[in-house]
Amino acid sequence: MKRKAKTKAAKVPITWKEIKRQKFLIICSLIFVIYGIIFYYVPLGGWLMAFENYKPRTGLLGSKFVGLDKFKFLFSDATFIRVIRNTLAMGVINLVATFVMAILFAILLNEIRFGFGKKLVQTISYLPHFLSWIIVTGILHDALSNSGVVNELLMNMGIVDRAVNFFANKSFFWPIVAFANVWKETGWNAIIYLAAITSIDPSLYEAAAIDGAGRWAKIKNITLPSIKPTIMILLLMNIGNVLNAGFEVQYLLGNGLVKKVSETIDIYVLTWGISQNDYSLGTAAGIFKSVVAIILIVIANQVAKRSGEQRLF
Amino acid sequence: MKRTKMKTKWPDKVFVVCNTLFMIAFVVITLYPVLNTVAISFNDGVDAVRGGIHLWPRKFVLKNYDTVLHQQNMITGAYISVARTVIGTLLALVANALLAYIVSRKRFLFRSQLSLFWVLTMYVNGGLIPVLLVYRSLGLTNSFWVYVIPGMISAFNMLVLRTYMEGLPESLAESAQIDGAGDFTIFSKIISPLCKPVYATVALFVAVGQWNSWFDAMIYNRMKPEYTTLQYELMKLLSSVMQQSGSATNMASAGQAATVTPVSVRAAATVVTMLPIICLYPFLQRYFVTGLTIGGVKE
Repeated sequence: MKRKAKTKAAKVPITWKEIKRQKFLIICSLIFVIYGIIFYYVPLGGWLMAFENYKPRTGLLGSKFVGLDKFKFLFSDATFIRVIRNTLAMGVINLVATFVMAILFAILLNEIRFGFGKKLVQTISYLPHFLSWIIVTGILHDALSNSGVVNELLMNMGIVDRAVNFFANKSFFWPIVAFANVWKETGWNAIIYLAAITSIDPSLYEAAAIDGAGRWAKIKNITLPSIKPTIMILLLMNIGNVLNAGFEVQYLLGNGLVKKVSETIDIYVLTWGISQNDYSLGTAAGIFKSVVAIILIVIANQVAKRSGEQRLF
Repeated sequence: MKRTKMKTKWPDKVFVVCNTLFMIAFVVITLYPVLNTVAISFNDGVDAVRGGIHLWPRKFVLKNYDTVLHQQNMITGAYISVARTVIGTLLALVANALLAYIVSRKRFLFRSQLSLFWVLTMYVNGGLIPVLLVYRSLGLTNSFWVYVIPGMISAFNMLVLRTYMEGLPESLAESAQIDGAGDFTIFSKIISPLCKPVYATVALFVAVGQWNSWFDAMIYNRMKPEYTTLQYELMKLLSSVMQQSGSATNMASAGQAATVTPVSVRAAATVVTMLPIICLYPFLQRYFVTGLTIGGVKE
């Protein structure tokens, strides 16, 4: 990467004179490092809890060491297996749905020739990103409730005769979560693609027009190939986040009736760690998630390297 | 992009019509639920249970807002939400900018080590329980500071700022250095004024995150109603709506007659909570668009 090359070129030897000159920088970095250690690296020491029967009274160093017992329990727990499945399934569905919608929206919006309309649609499209998940799940809950607009439409069109209780049916939960993510993030995620599309050389389109290419042909042969690198890098960046996409919506919209499909690893950690006070088990589940996430990121990075795309780190 | 001079062929016309329809549908789906919530918030609670309210209230009342604005926890939540947004944004901006400045100095001896130290934090974290124990031992739980101190530095924001600073001409800092300016002077008097646009971007990201977060209030300050936030209060209203969906209940705490329901009160609270953001974000578009492009392309 360019950055690394520059660093090497400007390598300054460590001398007392130089250290004295950079006093301010060094002291400030030291403060930042101490802060970082406390808030990011010390909690990693808490991972020890997963290998012992942690009791707050005996503390981290005094609690009984139990090896991999907690992990054995996790993998023999049918709930945990189901929770992994839910997290992965919803993570992948959300990733695909939000990606496809953002790219589609960016390409189609770019085709709008009426400048004011384009600007207006784009401004409106950002709005949901700025609303909290509390608000988004709340209005989604209203829209899908028995007297909500979706049921009203379905009944008026004669598709159903009685209101559908969307939140009581397991097969609706994953699509609802995917829709919530698409609704909230499409406009926001499209920003990067729109920026990439704007930087395409207009002469390419002009040449294609002279060859008699229609809109579809131009999208297929010019726009899509041009934004492919952007799509690839964003896809790779987001693969590591697949497991992180499973908390707020599921926590806020889930209920006893759909628990089997709505619970994710994060919710499992919350249930065991905070509500049941089993810190060791909660931590073990958290570690599992982190390790899988890191593996996914490393794989993504390798794939990026192989395919000649820009690496992530 | 230039309009092509050629005569539009009919498949292109079909495309334009479909595309316009798609955009209209997109706008309706995006705006309708928000406007519907606004309409419900101005409608009589019991009447709203019947359904059929779309973009305009049927039985106009202000009682929902009256209820919301007279609840002590909502008022406390509003104060705390504003305080955490202002203080949290200022702290985060200063800290991230200073860190980015240090990492952007080409001559700095520990530049790559410091950079790696922070980039790693994007990929590894202790997880909920270990983090909770650390905060507890630092005395951050049951306090206001848990909202603004732990999340102060974010590697992502730092990288956005650094990329911008690295794009500034090096000669500026160099000539100031020759004139005898120290690093703090260069940071505050020369680099920072030039970074105003990217500072605005990062401030916006942090402020929205602060305003919208609710999980920290629920986990770390559950026992402290004096540190509740608007979003957490809204979350409590949401769960009460889900439990007793559609039933008109007496909101005893507000001393109101049974004309407000959890649904209508929640709608009013939602409008109050999203109003500041809706009023502000259209004017800040320029900033978040540039910020996202820097962050997305470079890292």
